[in-house]
Amino acid sequence: MPREVILDTQGRAIEQTLRLNNLAAQSCRVGRFVELTLDGSSDVSKQQADKIAKFVLHNPLLETYELIALGEVMK
Amino acid sequence: MTPASARLGVVRFPGSNCDRDVLSLAQVAGYQADFLWHLDHFNIQDYQALVLPGGFSYGDYLRAGALSARSPVMNSVRDFAKRGGPVLGICNGFQVLTEAGLLPGALVKNSSLRFRDGWVDLVPENKSSFWASQHSQWKVGGQLKLPIAHGEGRFYSPPDLLRQIEDSGQVWFRYADNPNGSLANIAGVLNETGNVAGLMPHPERALWDWMGSEDGRGFLR
Repeated sequence: MPREVILDTQGRAIEQTLRLNNLAAQSCRVGRFVELTLDGSSDVSKQQADKIAKFVLHNPLLETYELIALGEVMK
Repeated sequence: MTPASARLGVVRFPGSNCDRDVLSLAQVAGYQADFLWHLDHFNIQDYQALVLPGGFSYGDYLRAGALSARSPVMNSVRDFAKRGGPVLGICNGFQVLTEAGLLPGALVKNSSLRFRDGWVDLVPENKSSFWASQHSQWKVGGQLKLPIAHGEGRFYSPPDLLRQIEDSGQVWFRYADNPNGSLANIAGVLNETGNVAGLMPHPERALWDWMGSEDGRGFLR
């Protein structure tokens, strides 16, 4: 998610559209959902996902992130 | 080394679009210039200076400059910079250098939410050890006129880092009239040693009077 101090332009645009359509919300913030399929046990996968997030997916100045395990994928 | 025998590399990513203009900038300054491809490493001893040009590398996917910053060529760029080699990032090249951690801060969407295209006046702040260091307008009260063309050029940094950038003399240029909401009117920054520099305006688009300004010429000595 974009950090609170960062101007979330997509969130602002959606807020405006909601307001124009009488669906006003207090606020709207738009982040990004990245789905990774990884090999290995859940611990190994989580470590790998964290490594990938730190390497490229996440800019700590601008964003926060969290990892969510989505469960086993069928082989 | 005289510029006539000096070699300058222009790093090309998929989506770079100011690469040829930067080649002209280098040639006008008397450099022998060639392109470096994003998938390749290069021998850092073959070059005296590197430029990362503007454009929309990787279509600005993920974050502007984020994917280019992790390209193989950046390993060589990093080695070159670490040994004191001069590296300049212009516009998207500046975004790549911040994403690569070679320059402090980040560039985010303009506060107007619009792409801004036009001329700006820049106030020189602290000198780079190489880039624009001999510029004729680099004097107290001097200003440079250069064009901008960007949607994500608003310089951002958390307060602690901003203080550090200011205190250690890493602000390179400020806008006389802030076009994008950049913190502290910052248009360009330097690394701690002054050999790596980045700015949002385009010196390569201001080489001859008919272009509107010649102030881009002095960026290479």
